Amino acid sequence: MQTIKNILRNINQNRIFLIMVLPGALWFLFFSYLPMFGTVIAFKDYRFSRDGFLASLQQSEWVGFKNFEYLFSTNDAYVITRNTIVYNVVFIVLGLIFAVGMAIILSEIVNKRLAKVYQTGMFLPYFLSWVIVGYFTFSFLSVDKGVMNQLLTWMGKDPVSWYADTTYWPYILVFLNMWKGIGYSSVVYLAAIVGIDKTYYEAAMIDGANKWQQIRNITLPFITPLITILTLLAIGRIFYADFGLFYQIPRDSGPLYAVTNVIDTYVYRGLKATGEISMSTAAGLYQSLVGFVLVMTSNWVVRKFNKDNALF
Amino acid sequence: MRTKKHRDVHHLSPGLNVLFNIIAGGFALLCVFPFIFVIIISLTSEASLNKNGYAFWPEEWSFAAYEYIFKAGDQLLRSYGVTIMITIVGTLISLIVIALYAYAISRKNFTYRNFFSFIAFFTMLFNGGLVPTYMVVTQVLHLKDTVWALILPLIMNAFYVLILRTFYNTTVPDAIIESAKIDGAGELRAFFTIVLPISLPGIATIGLFATLGFWNDWFNALLYIDNPALVPLQSMLMRIENSMQFLLSNAQLSSSGQSLELLRTLPQEATRMALVVLATVPIACAYPFFQRYFVQGLTIGAVKE
Repeated sequence: MQTIKNILRNINQNRIFLIMVLPGALWFLFFSYLPMFGTVIAFKDYRFSRDGFLASLQQSEWVGFKNFEYLFSTNDAYVITRNTIVYNVVFIVLGLIFAVGMAIILSEIVNKRLAKVYQTGMFLPYFLSWVIVGYFTFSFLSVDKGVMNQLLTWMGKDPVSWYADTTYWPYILVFLNMWKGIGYSSVVYLAAIVGIDKTYYEAAMIDGANKWQQIRNITLPFITPLITILTLLAIGRIFYADFGLFYQIPRDSGPLYAVTNVIDTYVYRGLKATGEISMSTAAGLYQSLVGFVLVMTSNWVVRKFNKDNALF
Repeated sequence: MRTKKHRDVHHLSPGLNVLFNIIAGGFALLCVFPFIFVIIISLTSEASLNKNGYAFWPEEWSFAAYEYIFKAGDQLLRSYGVTIMITIVGTLISLIVIALYAYAISRKNFTYRNFFSFIAFFTMLFNGGLVPTYMVVTQVLHLKDTVWALILPLIMNAFYVLILRTFYNTTVPDAIIESAKIDGAGELRAFFTIVLPISLPGIATIGLFATLGFWNDWFNALLYIDNPALVPLQSMLMRIENSMQFLLSNAQLSSSGQSLELLRTLPQEATRMALVVLATVPIACAYPFFQRYFVQGLTIGAVKE
């Protein structure tokens, strides 16, 4: 009795704050927590019911881990996992090297106004959607009108059927991901580099340190915390692929699936194209669970080295 | 002499400086060039396109694509309208919801602040995935083919909530709020008259991210929208591309009159590129003025308690 009274008094005292969080809390309930609860679909043979989602859930039959067994018995599970992880590892490693490199280059350019112009130019792709970038790509890769095939014909080679030939797609996707992201991430690193106290460099020069030594011993150590945090964030999301890149850029082209299908596109096609609702949910849950473990692990590892660099 | 030396503290050799300019300038050009190229294609006459393909310098220039769009661009206008509407309404709702939520969990005298902080934080670590979310939106909330399906899924974001909470904690001293309350202001009034004006820079930054998110969104339209009257700009471009693909891949199989007829009514090459240009120009013109806000203070360090 006493505790209920206490709770009611607490609620009354906090009512303004509770009203403030109400819209957001409702959003989290419907768009985050109800879907989490909905992952039980993965353990059912999902059947649509006229009486809505909850009724459908209730009336669908339990099948245990059958959907997972089936998912992992196909070659698809291997292909989408491999594609997702390998692409992301390449994105993280190359992205880090190019972004930090470009940030250092931008910070060293003598004419600051020119550096600012370059920076603005390479920032543009960040603001464009993958749909737009898809059109850009098409103007180069279009089989009959594209620049690449014009170039190949001019050099006396056979034109390539770009949207049906898997050979070049790993490179194209890596290139486009770099093209779109380097501008943003290098500007983030640049902001950190600009913040470094200039007197460190002056002291280093008095001691006779050359450019390379300054970069290695001053610039890089100073941006290491930022590098750690951003890389950690990326590793935590290594099981999530950029849907737009893998769906829009190859134009959802079937012959390319072997090298463009990732977990996200697989789940989407299961939902919208092939209608394998339960399997698709199972693949999504597999992604969320492994993703969760990865965030926790990478955070734990960083905490061991340096508490300040950890996410939580 | 001394000032010059002081300014040039990095002491970059002229050779390296030239090399660095070439690398950075070259990459910047590579980033901007495709957009310029698409503009050029959109200004190429259809005859030149059919004869030479996409060319950096067209044989014959033409404004026909734009004239066509302004004469027959009902869908473009409609989609522009949808995009502008969801961007404005969505950003406003999003800011109100996020700003209030973040404020409540930033206040130390809110008894349940840890609980609601965790509710937000946990969504960054784990989610139910696409399929259950789709089921909730379509079968519980019944948002399919409504404009809310384009707005609601994007309004909340735990990452922004936590950034803004940290922003409040670091820029708005508790003492100010307490003194306002002593003067008789309630928690709500203190928020609107004192906290909001001080934290406007933080809220505006999140507003810009939200604006960009709504303007560029096509994913929610792909999932939830079938009605052509509700198709936003990016999604419209996607649909044109897809129906093009579909017709081309089926053209050999069934070169029936019907699909040829459909092919003829679809926008021509130059027109499609002109639509891309018209969808991109607002962003390309605006971002140079806002770019610094997209860099400021949005590193993850800001998230920590």
